[in-house]
Formats: sequence, C-alpha cells, structure tokens
Amino acid sequence: MTSKIKSFSELKELQEKIKAARDSRQQRITICVGTGCLAHGAMSVADAFREELDRRGLSVKIDFRKTGCHGFCERGPMVILAPENIFYQHVGVSDVGEIIEKTLLKGEIIDNLLYANPQTGEKYVKEDEVPFYKRQTRTVFGMNSKVDPKKMEDYLAVDGYSALAKALKMKPGEIIREVVTANLRGRGGGGFPAGRKWEETSKAAGTPKYVICNADEGDPGAYMDRSLLEGNPHLVLEGMIIGAYAIGSNEGYIYVRNEYPLAVENINIAIKQAREAGLLGENILGSGFSFDLKVNRGGGAFVCGESSALFASLEGRAGEPRAKYVHATEKGLYDKPTNLNNVETWANVPFIINNGGDWYAGIGTDRSKGTKIFSLVGKINNTGLVEVPMGTKLREIVFDIGGGILNNRKFKAIQTGGPSGGCIPEAYLDMPVDYDELTKVGSMMGSGGMIVMDEGTCMVDLARYFTNFLANESCGKCVPCREGVQRMKEILVDITEGKGREGDIELLESLASSIKDGALCALGTSAPNPVLSTIRYFRDEYEAHIKEKRCPAGVCKALITYSVDSGKCTGCTLCAKVCPVGAATGEKKQAHKIDSDKCTRCGACKESCQFDAIIVR
Amino acid sequence: MVNLTIDNKKIQAEEGQTLLDVARQNGIVVPTLCHHESLEPSGSCRLCSVEVGEGSRTKVVTSCLYPVAEGLVVQTGSERVMNVRRTVIQLLLARAPESEQLFQMAENMGISPEPRFKASEDGNKCVLCRLCVRTCEKIVGVSAIGFSSRGPQKNVCTPFHEPSNVCIGCGACSYVCPTGQIEMHTSPAGDVRTIWGRDFKMAACKVCGRYFAPEDQLQYISGRTGVPLEELMVCSSCR
Repeated sequence: MTSKIKSFSELKELQEKIKAARDSRQQRITICVGTGCLAHGAMSVADAFREELDRRGLSVKIDFRKTGCHGFCERGPMVILAPENIFYQHVGVSDVGEIIEKTLLKGEIIDNLLYANPQTGEKYVKEDEVPFYKRQTRTVFGMNSKVDPKKMEDYLAVDGYSALAKALKMKPGEIIREVVTANLRGRGGGGFPAGRKWEETSKAAGTPKYVICNADEGDPGAYMDRSLLEGNPHLVLEGMIIGAYAIGSNEGYIYVRNEYPLAVENINIAIKQAREAGLLGENILGSGFSFDLKVNRGGGAFVCGESSALFASLEGRAGEPRAKYVHATEKGLYDKPTNLNNVETWANVPFIINNGGDWYAGIGTDRSKGTKIFSLVGKINNTGLVEVPMGTKLREIVFDIGGGILNNRKFKAIQTGGPSGGCIPEAYLDMPVDYDELTKVGSMMGSGGMIVMDEGTCMVDLARYFTNFLANESCGKCVPCREGVQRMKEILVDITEGKGREGDIELLESLASSIKDGALCALGTSAPNPVLSTIRYFRDEYEAHIKEKRCPAGVCKALITYSVDSGKCTGCTLCAKVCPVGAATGEKKQAHKIDSDKCTRCGACKESCQFDAIIVR
Repeated sequence: MVNLTIDNKKIQAEEGQTLLDVARQNGIVVPTLCHHESLEPSGSCRLCSVEVGEGSRTKVVTSCLYPVAEGLVVQTGSERVMNVRRTVIQLLLARAPESEQLFQMAENMGISPEPRFKASEDGNKCVLCRLCVRTCEKIVGVSAIGFSSRGPQKNVCTPFHEPSNVCIGCGACSYVCPTGQIEMHTSPAGDVRTIWGRDFKMAACKVCGRYFAPEDQLQYISGRTGVPLEELMVCSSCR
C-alpha cells in the first residue's frame, strides 16, 4: 500500500519509482478480466497463467497483469504479450502452457489463437493491426488495457493523478475555462456542455456543493460506463476530484447500480487506496483542498439515471423525477448546488487537464468534441466497446470496426442512444455521428449504445420491444408517460398480433407528440422515439402489418406461415426431427410438408434446414 | 415585480410566483387535477401544461411549477397545449372510466374518450393525482399511505396492502380525492368508521353524545398539540 503522498513532488517521485521498477521487466502478459471476458472464463485462464508462471519461476521476470475490459468482448478471453503486443483471442486454460512455452520463451506465434477477419480470413498478429482496434482512437478507454483496476500503482505508472497535481496548481476558474474551451459535452446522453455546468455550480449560492458521478447506466446493450468504472476507477476518481476542486465542492457521491458488482467492488477499492495515499480526504497533496466521496448503490430502476430521480434516490426517497425549471446546478441534491456528470464525462477530464482544452477541441466535429465510446451490439461480427472521434461515420463503425453484419446478411437499421433512441436506416450510414446529427435524424447520442439490426428484424416488433421496456420502467409519476407509453405499447402489441386497425399509425403519432410535449422527465419525453423513428423510416412495414396482415420480416408469429419449398427440399428429414409439435412431416428423400394448423412458428425447422427450403411468409 | 404576457394579456406578477397562480389571479382558466392550494405542486397530472416562449423556440411546461420570469410569453390554449390536455384526459378516462367526476371534467372541456384505448374494467377510479398521499404526509403528518410498484402498475396503498398502524382514520385522503376512489364507510350507528381496510372506533361527544371523530385521531391531535385528550372529546358544535 502507498503511504500518504504529501506534496506534488512526492507524487512525481513515486510515479518515477514505480515506472523504473516496471521498466526493468521487459516482458508482460496482460489478460482482460472485464465482465465480458469473465463470462467466457477469463478468471480460470488468469489463474492458470499465474500458476504456470510461478511453477516455472518466471513470476519475478514477467509482469503479469489482470486488467479491465479491452472492448473486443466478442473475442474474449483476450491475452496480450508485450513488448510485441501479440494479440491472442478466445484463449482457454489449455492454451496457457503453450503460450508460455512457445510465445513467451521462444517468440513463436501460435496461429490458431490469432484473430482472423471473419470476411477475408486474414490473420493479424499484433493488437494494433486488428481492424477492430486499428481504426479506433482509444484515448479514454485504451488505458483500461494498461492498468490492473485493483492496483493504484498501475494507474500511477501511466502518470495517473498527474492531471490532479496540475489542476491543484491552477485556479478553479482556469480549470473551468479549460473544460469550456474543450467543449466537453455530457456523455450520459443529454450532451449539455460540462464546462457550463461546472461554471453554474461554482457560481451558485449555497453550501455544501455536491459533485456526483452518475453510474446508473441501464440501457439494454450499453456497458461503457460499467467497463470504465470496473477497468479504470482511478481515472473516474481523478476527474471527479479535479471537478470538485474547480467547482468548490468537498463532498461527492458515486451513484452506481448494484447490478454492477465488479464496478462497486473496484471503485470502493480505488477510493480506499486514494484515501490512504492522500488523494482523497483532507488537504489533498498538501494543497489545502479537501474532498471526499461515498459510493451509493442504486436498486436498478431505469429512471434513477435521470438526474432529479437520482437525487431523490440518493436522499432515500422513491426514485421519482421532479421538474427541472430550476437547474440542479442551483438546487440539486438536498436542494443544494450539485454537479452531476456521468462516468465517461468524468473520465475525460484528466485528459483535458493534461493536454489542454484546445487539444481536446481539436478532436471531433464542429459542435461535438473529443472521442466517444460506443457499445456496439446486435447482429454484428465484432461486438464490443468502440472508441472513436466524434464525427466518425456510422458506416465506418458498423463495417470497418464492427466487421459487418453477422452471417453476411443485409444491414437494415441501427438503433442508437439506448431504448429511447431512434432507428436509423441504411440511407444514413454515411452520416457523421455526433450529438446534433443524430438528433436531426430522429435519434440521439444517449449513452452511446448501438444496436445493429439485420434484415431479419421486424421494425414494428422492435418498437414494441423498446416501448414495452420503457412502459415498465416509467416511474409512474406523470400521466403522459405512465398511461401514454403503456397505450402506445398496447397498440403496438395489437399491430404485431394482426389486430392493428386503420388509423393506428396516426394515433401513435399524435399520442407520441403529446407525450413528448407533456411528460415530466427525459424518460417520458424521449420514450416515443423508437415509435416515431420506425414510423418515419419503415412506415411500409407498419402498413403491411395493419392493412395486409403481413409481417415483411417474417417475425410476428400471428402474421406468418411456414411452408416447404419442394424444389429445394431434399427430404433429409431434419425438420421433422426438430419440429417440437410434429407439424413438419414427410418421407425420406421426398419433399416435406408443414401443417400450418399445428405449427407454432417457433422457427426450429428453418434454423435446422441445410438447404434453405423453409419459406416464411 | 415581473412583467409577462399570458394569452396576449400584459400581466404583472411577483417574483417567485408560479404561472398557474398568476394565470388564475388574472381570471385565466387553467385546468388542474393534482393541484391543491394547501399543498406544494407536484406536477404529475400535466393538465396545467402551457406553452412558453416565442416563434419557433417554444416549449410546453407545467404551469403549477414554472416560475414567472421577466418578459415571458405564455399561451395557455395553444394547439400543443390542447393536445397534451386532451391526451391526458383521454388516458385518464380509459384508466378510470367509472369516475363520474372525471367524466364531468372531460365533458366540461369538450373531450370525449378515445375508443382505441381499452377502457380499464377493474373499477379502479384512481388517477394517481397523489393528492391523498401528499395530504397524508404533509398536512396530516402521518404518511399512512404511499405508492407501491411503478409504471402502469403503480398504485396508492398502505404499506404491504395491510391495515396501517399509523393511520388515524381522519379521512383527509378521502375528502381530497378528486375521483371518488378512496371510500370511507361509517356504520349505521355511527360508532365505527372503516377506511383503508381498518375499523376505527369513533369517539362520542361528551356533551351531545354524537359520534364525531375517530379516537385514534383525537389521540394523535392530543399528542401533537399537548391539549389533554379530555378537552378534545367535545365536538365542534358543542364547543
């Protein structure tokens, strides 16, 4: 454990000491034990490495590091061997001996552990050659692969807390000016300029002032905040301490959902370490500035990510929002001036302080600066977390970094911004991604979640799914959100069940506009987005469901039938074997049939058919 | 003083006032359901929505919460506002089709039910205006009722739907309820009041002998005010 660091020079000395000790060990094995890789068994692989290194007496010579998420979750567990940065994917316990024997000791490459491009088959040896990483700019997230989140020494070794030391020598106003110059916008979704928020809070009357980190990420498919907090908690802490100093706050909270146990664990460890090192608490680094914070675990209500509902929850009340005609910067937590930013926003701060606001403003587009971490999921080859400069084209994210659509199917749409974001069709793939461009096409930046859909997705069914999620997550305080979103859901369910009526689309539109105008908080006002954007770009699918009682994507069970293309069917009998209700029948080597009355439209026959002979209409 | 315009009328207001208060003071009718002058605004029914701003930069806000500001331009009956109100009423009519009060309100506003919304058949007239919960907490001070669940399932109830130990049977929640959802019954003899699934023994006036208030309520008042219970056992007519 680090003893108390009492001054800026002591911090510098400590950083240099740790770096020197690391440099003496040239070789390093890094394994990702982020949540995604853990699910693939990364911890057993890590244990196997530790044992094997110990057994061979290599532990002293080799720097072995268990880090947080590297982003390429599709390919976990992942192992990187430095200094060459050899990238091995899908590593199992049985591969450990071979990696040490061949690659570590003899420098040989193990071919079958290399990443192969799913489309071309081409293989890559080094991490930065892999297309997924090559096109990214991993300013914030890239640090994850360099540090063990449970060891503060690791963070200090990459010059961690240097930005804090620099900031404490500046005047609070100067720090705020850097953040304003950087034009850092809130990464939680709203995109409000962080510098302006800091300025407003710093000027607001009343004490104490609070600084809060919103780690209540709850969007289905989005996990960048989780991975940052799990993988590099000190980065988030450093950002918060700098913010607190700039704003004039001595108290803070990290509101993190309890469903993120590793994030809770790692941030608590980091806080303890920072306190012991004198980076939190009284008289930080001898500067005279004091700041401390607490972790508050949220119960996982989606609405608690909304600032005023989050305050209510932190205060120990039900997580209901309130109208924000008076900003939280003036009256937030306990009605005191409060600065709330999300995990990713705070994580950007040390980089701005270290490199300057102008440097930061040099990245990105006119009105959206810096990089953004996107969570790329759905029907895509390279599922994972992707960090790119603002303004990167959707096509580049989906096809170059994401590796295109799974099973070479056709791209249909991408849903951005979480459940209340919108669906963007193919025509906009060359759109640069930033706050304003996404809003223009009826979607939003939101948390940065991106869900890729292929031609097998029914857009009405998709709207139903998200609307259902939002109806259930509505806190129920205001009428338009509680009742209105529920009614939208009911109409969508009807349409997907073949019970849609003429006028439903118009009713959905008018309901949506009343909800947008009338709802109390951002959950409600953005809840109509999935419905509105799918009507806007896929109106024909709605009409097919309502007028022709047909689901063009072949998804809505009430509207489709399964049959056999007798020309393609070879009579292999597989469909008859897998059909759970005996609807698929036929003689060997003769075309089979499906009894539509018995068929439950489970799709097992279509999935099993090797000859593409099952027709869905 | 603050100068603003509501429905093209120049109006002066005091700083800190809400748009709803100012509008009403100036004879402008703004409907509300969850508003009560004795309680802090909650902003949950959204009926009092108005449009503020000018040109293309306008937004719909809740007038019961929105503070007046110098130069503010307000429309209380714009198309956007009326859409929100119509939708709110139609949504509530579907939720509580058996509430006569709600129907009356809709009729006065010239709004008919939206047939596409499936009318609830559970006989529940509650529109979750929260007046009862807020009254119980802020006025009575006992918090015997609250909310459970969220979203469309949200409902007003006693904790765990069990008879509450802290309820004093005062009936304030029932009086304040705008839809007639909270029922309160009194036995034919008048000696027992039933509310929220619990029977309350009524106290008889020492002078006229008439049953006038639940014993629990008198005890609560005595405890809060320090007035001996004996003194409270006289009904208001005999005092």
